[in-house]
Amino acid sequence: MMFAGPATILFCAVVVVPFIYGLYLTLTSWDGIANNKPFVGLQNYRDAFADTAYWSALGRTAIYSVISVVLVNVVAFFLAYLVTSGIKGQNFFRAGFFIPNLIGGIVLGYVWKFVFNRAFVAIGTALTGHEGASLLGTTNGALFALILVSVWQYAGYMMLIYVAGFMGVDDSLKEAALIDGCTNGQAMRNVVIPLMRSSFVQCIFLSTTRCFMVYDLNLSLTKGEPFNTSVMAAMHVYNKAFVYKNYGVGQAEALILFIICAVIGMIQVYVGKKGEVEA
Amino acid sequence: MATQSTTRKSDNDKAIIRQRIGHGLMIAVLAILLVIFIWPFFMVLTNAFKSMSDITGEPLSIVGSHGFTLNNFTSAMRKMHFWRVFGNSALITVSATVLTVLVSAMAAYVIVRNPRWTASKLTFAAMVASMVIPFQVIMVPLVSVYGGYLGVLNSRLTLILMHVGFSVSLAVFMFHGAIKTNVPIELEEAAEIDGASKWRTFWTVVFPLLKPTAATVAIIDAMAFWNDYLLPSLVLTDKKIYTIPIATQVFYGTYSTDIGLVMAALLLAMLPILILYLALQRFIVAGVTAGAVKG
Repeated sequence: MMFAGPATILFCAVVVVPFIYGLYLTLTSWDGIANNKPFVGLQNYRDAFADTAYWSALGRTAIYSVISVVLVNVVAFFLAYLVTSGIKGQNFFRAGFFIPNLIGGIVLGYVWKFVFNRAFVAIGTALTGHEGASLLGTTNGALFALILVSVWQYAGYMMLIYVAGFMGVDDSLKEAALIDGCTNGQAMRNVVIPLMRSSFVQCIFLSTTRCFMVYDLNLSLTKGEPFNTSVMAAMHVYNKAFVYKNYGVGQAEALILFIICAVIGMIQVYVGKKGEVEA
Repeated sequence: MATQSTTRKSDNDKAIIRQRIGHGLMIAVLAILLVIFIWPFFMVLTNAFKSMSDITGEPLSIVGSHGFTLNNFTSAMRKMHFWRVFGNSALITVSATVLTVLVSAMAAYVIVRNPRWTASKLTFAAMVASMVIPFQVIMVPLVSVYGGYLGVLNSRLTLILMHVGFSVSLAVFMFHGAIKTNVPIELEEAAEIDGASKWRTFWTVVFPLLKPTAATVAIIDAMAFWNDYLLPSLVLTDKKIYTIPIATQVFYGTYSTDIGLVMAALLLAMLPILILYLALQRFIVAGVTAGAVKG
């Protein structure tokens, strides 16, 4: 009891209790200041479903997440392949590509804001000869910027997971395939990649949840601009609750996010289990 | 016979040459990619030492035409209260990390050694399930309970304990696996026969065997605590207890027009962890990789 006590109490205090209390909050219309929280039944859910800004933020987040996840994993896998091929300095390269993960989303966002607003504009001006505009000023440009920075940030982290996957595959299996007449590509496709299944499941799941919940980067890089067209789901929920003081609706919308996350989580567990049986 | 061996030898030579060319190409590709990866940081580094007009006029040059200046640096350090926010970040990160490692290892130990208890089954299941809960679902009720009812926000201790509370589930999960596979129960039985208390057995026999996992948990959590923005921004409202990410955000809001100052502040915000990474790079990479395998 004394052993498990501190962890369990803290866990309950900041996760379990607020989670359950949050379920109750979705049934009230609280303004964040008053002590009384008028009970409104399911009205917040009705409002959440009618909130077009929320659904377009969700749709935008889905587009951003799908593109980012695909690119993150392609880049990460490619990097992992290169840094496990036995070349000189592979540890140096692994450490180098990981650097963006050391720094938080807020700082990274401002670093890239400068790159987009100044450096890229200067390069554009030098190449085309006339003064260019920042990509962050347009809707698609802002979305592109978020995707580019996310790929840049997460590729190094996912690379390490794929590196662990590559190292977990017994070299002799690949050699056997090569001796049996497989080309390098065939050995990769039919022997190495199937054996790395768990790495793929893990990377795809991790990058999906991280992208889906993006907030810090969104706040610092685009701040939802231009004209709120780059507001992602997490930022929308934050603004709903803390900026517009509409806590009940914000909490209901957060709960919908949770359900989406839970479904993604269950799919991962399901796919992971299925793979285990085959292997 | 002789011809056969020479052809085989030249085949071998060819394979070696091909491999060398392949490796050379890979190194070249990686080097180019790494330069592209690091380039944004390089931009901040060079521009932090330029005057305002040089940054707007020639952001790509390495040294501005008005020369090298440290003014941005000294001014940013003073204006963001660098040492104070650095101290806050360090204090919060170190305490929360140490606490997470200790309490999670202890809790995981109880859960593994008492698999039949309903309480331990329930706790472990709740912790594993809670890992899919996004923070956005917790934040409103969290502020309501701890700000509205208890009024304990705006304190470093509250933030530390909240950090621990949010990270124990993953940490317990990782220690759970490690205790199951790496700690033979016979060792504990031997210690018990020798008269050691449960407390002593845990710290002298079990915990030392968990050191690799403890290192992994510490590295992953310390990075998360150091860089976290959303939770600290909700908990800490007094300027005196800001952490680096919050100070950076507030700083940008105040001085965004003075771009030289912003560059210096960003560089300052990144420096501590980059310096630490230079020293501990091998452990951090190994720790994250190990965490990937276990998590």
